[in-house]
Amino acid sequence: MKTFKLATALAASVALPSIGLATELEVTHWWTSGGEAAAVAELAKAFDAAGDKWIDGAIAGGGGTARPIMISRITGGDPMGATQFNHGQQALELVEAGLMLDLTDVAEANNWKDIVYPPSLLDSCTVDGRIYCAPVNIHSPEWLWLSNKAYADAGIPVPTNWNEFVASAPALEAAGKIPLALGNQPWQSNLAFGAMTVAVAGLDVWKQVNVEKNMDVAAGAEMAAVFQAAADARKFAAKSNVQDWNQATNLVISGQAGGQIMGDWAQGEFQVAGQVAGTDYTCLPGLGLNAYLSTGGDAFYFPKLQDADKEAAQKRLAALMVSPEVQVAFNLKKGSLPIRGDIDLAAANDCMKKGLEILASGNLVPSGDQVWSPDVQKQNEDLMVEFWKSDMDPGAAHAQWVENLKSGL
Amino acid sequence: MAATKRPGRLLRNLNGKIAAVPMILTTLVVFLGGTLWTVLYSFTNSKLLPRTNFVGFDQYERLWASSRWNTSIENLLIYGVFSLVFTISVGFVLAVLMDQKIRFEDTFRTIMLYPFALSFIVTGLVWQWILNPEFGIQHIVRSMGWESFVFSPLTNPDLVLYGLLIAGLWQGTGFVMCIMLAGLRGIDEDIWKAARVDGIPAWKTYTIIIIPMMRPVFITTLVLVASGIIKLYDLVVAQTSGGPGTASQVPAMYVYDYMFQAQNLGQGFAASTMMLLSVLIVLIPWAYLEFGGKKHG
Repeated sequence: MKTFKLATALAASVALPSIGLATELEVTHWWTSGGEAAAVAELAKAFDAAGDKWIDGAIAGGGGTARPIMISRITGGDPMGATQFNHGQQALELVEAGLMLDLTDVAEANNWKDIVYPPSLLDSCTVDGRIYCAPVNIHSPEWLWLSNKAYADAGIPVPTNWNEFVASAPALEAAGKIPLALGNQPWQSNLAFGAMTVAVAGLDVWKQVNVEKNMDVAAGAEMAAVFQAAADARKFAAKSNVQDWNQATNLVISGQAGGQIMGDWAQGEFQVAGQVAGTDYTCLPGLGLNAYLSTGGDAFYFPKLQDADKEAAQKRLAALMVSPEVQVAFNLKKGSLPIRGDIDLAAANDCMKKGLEILASGNLVPSGDQVWSPDVQKQNEDLMVEFWKSDMDPGAAHAQWVENLKSGL
Repeated sequence: MAATKRPGRLLRNLNGKIAAVPMILTTLVVFLGGTLWTVLYSFTNSKLLPRTNFVGFDQYERLWASSRWNTSIENLLIYGVFSLVFTISVGFVLAVLMDQKIRFEDTFRTIMLYPFALSFIVTGLVWQWILNPEFGIQHIVRSMGWESFVFSPLTNPDLVLYGLLIAGLWQGTGFVMCIMLAGLRGIDEDIWKAARVDGIPAWKTYTIIIIPMMRPVFITTLVLVASGIIKLYDLVVAQTSGGPGTASQVPAMYVYDYMFQAQNLGQGFAASTMMLLSVLIVLIPWAYLEFGGKKHG
């Protein structure tokens, strides 16, 4: 369907050669679910209203499917006008190979250095002092989503943090519920482990391992405790047989499961299902223990094109994406946090407001994509999915995990 | 057409040779060239983009230390052995049954061959639903009254391979049956008559006379099935995505994931080189049996 739309759009662009001075830019991304598509439409609307033409190049199947296609197109000599990546190292080599447009002049003209908050987002776009991407939103993975219905059915209060959640698990199981919903995709296990690291070992250990890359701490007792905790938690998820994250979220929405560790994008699913934060479901950022968020998210990169008009349009689009009006419109639809602190999101719901508060308080760490290469991330995903879905020994998994991290030093 | 001079060996059938040039070039440049390039770059530490920074056997050492790769190889061996034995034996038995001059043979043949007309993606999805505990066989049996019935191979790491195997056999057996049936039809009717005159029972005729006569058919089937097993990818992606955990991973998935998702070309190339090696292990004995044997025969 998407391809068909794209084909129609392309056909139309051939049939009706440039009316006026509108410059067409094809923008590729992997936002295809309901809320995501609505958010992209906001970007497209703003770009079209400014006098250019947005050609939508949505690629279904998530980042893991879309990124190889995007990268092949850029390295294969068929670059698009702009493309989504996650903040961090995913596009680093493309930048180093000189395939991406330098946006430093746009950033300076619009004063990005002062308005983009947290500044680590802009640092992730910076290679050798030059800026190569426009951040558009912040997503944080460290949330525990709880079903109020499941706890009401079991006759116990809704937990307020991870420790209470663990303590309440046997009562949930006795009531015939799955305590923890966890999809089978590798990245979900890795996400759950990352969130637990902060909850169990604390912020300092997380930073020493992931930011300072201290391998002695990584191999130490604090991390061993996290692996032990994860080994206990995987028993809660043993009966969760679903594949995709939104199927797991659906178990929580329908009250079949007690909770799920998932990023703030899960909120969109609760919203679509007509549930209200606080009464139907409960969200605990940082698993309720350490109120902190890691600031991953999405950014747009602009491949170099041999066309001065298009290059000017690319820079206009980059400036537009960071502008306050677009940030508000886009992020409200997407359910993500804006990348600038100087705008007002009054329409945000309770969970989003919790996120905004943490963002304002500065309890922030960089995301896994920002600190580790895709290679290390993939190895850890493979390890974590094996660990969570089998009875692998925590000690062996810990040793392998340290090896994986070392391969990325 | 009295030619005064026989043309040289090189110029004989010139039109045909010219017509074959594009295909020969494609083979040399795309297949052979691509293969050599891949093997060469598997000795580098290329990440997202290919680089000629050679690191010896590092990528291979990491590959064989990776538990996911080792699981993949183990899975492929188990799947391969079962798949080979069952597709060929079941396919042959079906072909023999078809060969008993039964009624509606065309209908049965169509039914048996039908799954082969589906892509592996469709097969995988269909069987994912059939084996899904909440919607498939388990659900149906439970709704008939057997409340404690458990049949959910795709969610059990120890059984997931057999879930894949069911789908693979369902798809592949009809095709093998057709090849075998063609082989059986190629056996001269007189041989059957001679065997009957000598009073040899039918099962003995099959095992002692027919099967040895069908050796080329068996070898061709073996190679077709074996190469299909090594490149097994789409069925697993559609049916289990390699899960639960890493319990149903196969080598082709490792290659794709590391080349594109992990942005580690060197590692992906090393894994695909190992796959090439396993294809060669299958192909070389076949080539020897097919072409080497004829010189003596």
